[in-house]
Amino acid sequence: MSEGRVKMAFEYLDHVSDVCIRACGETLSDAFCEAARAMFNVMVDIDQVAPQVAVEVRVSARTPDLLLVEWLGRLLSEKDLSGLVFSQFSATIRQRGAEVALVGSARGEAFDASRHEAKTEVKGVTYAGLRVWEEDERFMAQCVLDV
Amino acid sequence: MTEDLELERISEAEWTLAKRGEMRVPGRVIADEETIAQLRQDTAEKREWNALQQLRDVACLPGIVGEALALPDVHPGYGFPIGGVAAFDVKDGMVVVGGVGFDINCGVRLLATPLDRAALTSRADDVAKGLFETVPAGIGSEGNLRLPMSEIDSLLQQGASYVIDRGYGLAEEIEFIEENGRIEGADPDAVSTIAKQRQFRQVGTLGAGNHYLEVQEVAQILDPEAAAAYGLGKGQIVISIHTGSRALGHQIGQDYLKVMEEASRKYDIPIRQRELVCAPITSPEGSRYLSAIACGANCAFANRQVIAHLVRSVLHRVFGMSPSSVRTVYDIGHNNAKFEEHTIDGEVRRLLVHRKGSTRAFGPHCAESPAAYRDVGHPTLVGGTMGTASYVMRGTELGMTKAFGSGIHGAGRYLSRKKAAKKYWGEEIKSDLATRGIILRAHSTRGIAEEAPGAYKDVERVVEAATRSGISRPVARLVPIIVIKG
Repeated sequence: MSEGRVKMAFEYLDHVSDVCIRACGETLSDAFCEAARAMFNVMVDIDQVAPQVAVEVRVSARTPDLLLVEWLGRLLSEKDLSGLVFSQFSATIRQRGAEVALVGSARGEAFDASRHEAKTEVKGVTYAGLRVWEEDERFMAQCVLDV
Repeated sequence: MTEDLELERISEAEWTLAKRGEMRVPGRVIADEETIAQLRQDTAEKREWNALQQLRDVACLPGIVGEALALPDVHPGYGFPIGGVAAFDVKDGMVVVGGVGFDINCGVRLLATPLDRAALTSRADDVAKGLFETVPAGIGSEGNLRLPMSEIDSLLQQGASYVIDRGYGLAEEIEFIEENGRIEGADPDAVSTIAKQRQFRQVGTLGAGNHYLEVQEVAQILDPEAAAAYGLGKGQIVISIHTGSRALGHQIGQDYLKVMEEASRKYDIPIRQRELVCAPITSPEGSRYLSAIACGANCAFANRQVIAHLVRSVLHRVFGMSPSSVRTVYDIGHNNAKFEEHTIDGEVRRLLVHRKGSTRAFGPHCAESPAAYRDVGHPTLVGGTMGTASYVMRGTELGMTKAFGSGIHGAGRYLSRKKAAKKYWGEEIKSDLATRGIILRAHSTRGIAEEAPGAYKDVERVVEAATRSGISRPVARLVPIIVIKG
């Protein structure tokens, strides 16, 4: 479907107990990369995280919104498995048979409390508020994170 | 939608949500007037996140019995409301991801020490420093107990006793952990390799967000009989540990969200919200998920056990205190789905009780309580905020019939993290607490602001509503002296 590189935007919507992220991009992949930045920015100040080490991610799902949950969920796993926090993402999303597939990467570095501002831990990526849609020639991706 | 969610007052602290449309059972909200006003306002303003709507949607799930309940700390969650309780018949009911969440068996351990405030005060800074440095907390923190895959499997099956057998605690405290620190039916094969790998560095870590470690003073005894049974006295120093199953539980939640999404379609289960994806309890998917939940729950029991051991090591270093002099009062979870027997319309039925942000609160004479607590029922632990108070409560006979033996778990948020971070400043909260004699050590300044006492409902009102409804009784009020946050 698309290939994402361009830095776009994300915001946090009000949710009493958890965090609702909404990201947008010129392409679906851009929106997914921004959603990943939004999620990691809940945990650390991503501007302080140097994109030194890369981790490759491959996920697939039945629909684009379920793919968003798979993508963000896998990135949370990679954070703990690698001991890294991430700030830069790339993704290529393509239809593959009955599924939507994402091949991408996350770049970051080991968390260092002396250089990185720690924020809140993200426990999981939920189906609550989950939406992926196109609006005014932009792609939007939204979901609630359990914190 | 507004009319569908009309609440009718049925007693001083109880409102009913009449069974309408697709609802299979009515809803019941146990709360104070202020909370009810907030719920009504959320509905009137058609807010996307609405606890009443979530309660109604839970009441529509197949196999639900009795009533869908919201307790006084109710606030919007994902799928289930936080402060929610829902019981399902084991034959035709569901196991629901949103009713358990990602932090499986997140809960509180309460330790009682022989110290009083005067004895603590002279060494309070040393205790705060010791706890902050000894108990791993916050983003990127790592535990010292590194377990290879085969050992993780044993931990998931054995729960708290696995770590006690390895020197992290005392054999006699097992009795004072809900379910003796080990839920039956835990099958490590139901847990993914990634979940186990993620846990490698996280055994014995506190986490971040609303998790905490607090050194508290028993400021008030409200039920002398129960307090005596629990061994709590006015002026005594106690320690609360609030944490859960860490990355292992998080990964189980993430893995099974997908499995349940597929199962919901496979079994054609009518769900009103995607986060209520579920599977029949008796289905292969449901049964496997329940085995994984038991593993997550056992991991949480073991996690709090390791942290209790670390707390004891600090008290030993500072005061020369022996491990056995720091007693586990109780350890209880507040995110779980467990099989229990309850009487419905005079008939004893086996149910799967989901408690999302609520605890088990079995009243007097239940076999599940430790022998020493049986006459009064086991304690329930209600976490307050870092600047207010926490409570020890106990269940009642009425709570057994009215709320599947359930109680409140905390104050309940009312401000979002975003609003709290805008309104409060971490350093300001820290100095404000300091003027009140509360030492705060935190790994995240932003986290302090998000967890500001003002972001939560007034715990006193929440406890009062639970008491007025008759489902629980307050036993002791605990005030913080040292707060450690992730």
